[in-house]
Formats: sequence, structure tokens, C-alpha cells
Amino acid sequence: MITIRLNGAEVRVEKGWTILEACKFYGIAIPTLCYNEGLSPYGGCRLCLVEIGGGLKTKLVSSCTYPVEEGLVVNTDTKRVIETRRMMIELMISIAPNSKTIQDLASKFGVTKVRFKIRNEECILCGLCVRICREQMDGKAIGFQNRGYKRKISTPFDIRSEECRLCGGCIYICPACQLRCQGPQPDTAVCNACLTMDPTCLDHYDELQCWMYDAGRCGTCVREKTEKKKTMKNKL
Amino acid sequence: MKFNKIDKILEKFNMQKSQLISILQDIQNEFNFLPMEVLGYVAEKLGIPFSLVYHLATFYKTFSLKRRGRHLINVCLGTACHIRGGVRILEKIERDLNIKSGSITLDSKFSLEVVRCVGCCSLAPVIRIDDDTHGRLTQGKITPMLKKYE
Ligand code: FES
Ligand code: FES
Repeated sequence: MITIRLNGAEVRVEKGWTILEACKFYGIAIPTLCYNEGLSPYGGCRLCLVEIGGGLKTKLVSSCTYPVEEGLVVNTDTKRVIETRRMMIELMISIAPNSKTIQDLASKFGVTKVRFKIRNEECILCGLCVRICREQMDGKAIGFQNRGYKRKISTPFDIRSEECRLCGGCIYICPACQLRCQGPQPDTAVCNACLTMDPTCLDHYDELQCWMYDAGRCGTCVREKTEKKKTMKNKL
Repeated sequence: MKFNKIDKILEKFNMQKSQLISILQDIQNEFNFLPMEVLGYVAEKLGIPFSLVYHLATFYKTFSLKRRGRHLINVCLGTACHIRGGVRILEKIERDLNIKSGSITLDSKFSLEVVRCVGCCSLAPVIRIDDDTHGRLTQGKITPMLKKYE
């Protein structure tokens, strides 16, 4: 057991854990995309960034790959973390605007505009499919290729692989393969439909008691409420 | 027949997975490029995924999956060489050999490739032919230089 400082609190964690695992254990939510419990950590999406170190010398690291060490100071919700996270989501949207997973992240973390050129590449190179193929399906059929802007995922020489059994594991795990729901304006880069929609629950429940399986996680009702209050105040 | 040589190379490195890059380098020295069947063979012998071997072979610029000529011409288009006219040197070679960069001459004598900074910017513009570095080039020096290679 070693001691780290997690968001200001001294906590004891198991040696060999990553920061992400420690945060999970203590109930601190950190968004992840390329992390999956059954696969080796990869650190490709940089969504799980946290700030480590104290004083002026802090740095951002991906919590899913960074092992805890004695006396480590971790802060999970600093301004820098939140801003960088938004930037990462913005970048990912510019690459794969048609992915529901990424659009959902954008709505959840309040990314409402994209300042980058939309590239429509439909793959954010998170490497989940490569890892599930290799580590869980024993297929080893696909892998990364090339470098830099030419990097892509495919089978060697782009021909049908004899090792691929068409199990579909890669499609199952892909965060970019699930198409986004058609919002009111399907052509815009950021969907944000769930930010603007009137939540059905407001008429039924005053408190945060979401009947949807997601247990109020979208937070729309809360946001709507405060906004309504504001406009009411303005009227008064 | 081909695979005998590869077995020898693999033995030289004790069939160590961690030596994959060195193994590929040796194979490339042997064949001038990395043939597809050979990559598959290496993957099988070392017990690593073919996709991983391919990943490595496409990641590094030194490795080529296409057949290369007897001599490899690397034209540097790094920042310094670019400023000092590397593009014009490249054009001249392309015209002389009648090929585009990234391809091989009909008689398999030369392959032409573009690289970024070979690490001697003070000699810009630089090209490398096999292991020789030629610096401070002008278009006029190209034709006589290429003639020297067989
Ligand atoms: S989840 Fe940690 S970098 Fe993607
Ligand atoms: S830019 Fe050509 S050697 Fe450095």
C-alpha cells in the first residue's frame, strides 16, 4: 500500500494500480474512450488526462497508463484538465463527426463548436479494435500501419486476412462505428441535440429522478431548470 | 531457398522477438526490400502477429515493401535542403532517370526516394546514394555523378 494525494485527500492505494484504477476505487469519475478493462491500456485518446505534481511544476498525463507512486499528487478536475479534455473532444469530432460516442462526449462536456477542419475520417486511431483482436479474440488480423498522417488500421497489405474469422469484435468495440442519432440539423459538425432538447422528464418529476436507465446522467433536466430560473428572474 | 537465408538471420539473433528491427534490417540488406512472404515467414517463426511485423515495416522509412534498385538515392528535402534548392535537385534527378520519386528505374539500377534531413544540413542540398553522402550540389553535378554508378 502506498499513499497518494487525490484531489487534496490523502488516500491509500495498491501498488501497481494506475491513476485511473485508483480514481475508480475512490469513486472519482474520469471519462475514458480508448480504455477497456479487458484490454491492455494504450493511452491513445488522451481523454482521461489528469494533472499530476504540485506547485508550478504540474503536468498532464493519461491516467489510464500512469502508475501510482508514493506521494504522487493528482488533481482530476482542474481548469487545465477540463480545457484540454474539451480540446481533445473537439479534435476527435473534427476527425469523426458521425460517431455517436464522440458526439455524446461533446454534449456531456459542453463542447458546442468545432474550430478545426472537418476531416470525416471515421477513425480516431484509438486502437481498441487492434487490441480486442489481438488480446481477446486471438485473431491478430489487424494492426496499425504507416506513420503520422498516413497512419491507419488495416490488415497487412490490405488483403483479406486468413487469421480473421469475421467475429466482429472490432466493430463491437469501435467507438466510431455507431452512427450518431439524427439531430434536428444532421449536417452540422457538433450534434448537441441532447443539450437543446426539452427533456420529457421535467413534466413528471421535479427532482432529479430520471426514468431513463441512465439515472439522470445526461443532466439535461438540471440544466434546463437553472436556465428557466434565470429567465424567470429576468422577467421579474 | 530464399527461406534458408532467413533462417540463418533468425538464428543469428537467437529467434528473439525483441530483435525484430535488426532482423528486418538484415533481411532488407539481403533482398534490398522486404518481400511479403518473408514478412509472413518471420512472423510465424518468431510467434508474433503478422500485423505487428507489418506495422513495424511500414512505420520506419528505411524499410521498403516495394522492390528497390541496385542503388538507392535519397534526396533530402528537410528544411535546410529545401531552402537551398533540394527540390530542384530532385527534379533534375527525376528528369535524368525519367522516374518519379518513390519508384524504380526500368533497368532496376536506381530507386529514388525523398527523406527529411539526413543530419548534415551545413552541406545542403544533400543527397545520399547508398552509403555515400553528396553535399553542396548543383543541378550540373548530378548527371556526371549518376554516371559513376553501375
Ligand atoms: S482512456 Fe486513457 S488515453 Fe484513452
Ligand atoms: S535538411 Fe538536408 S541534411 Fe538537414
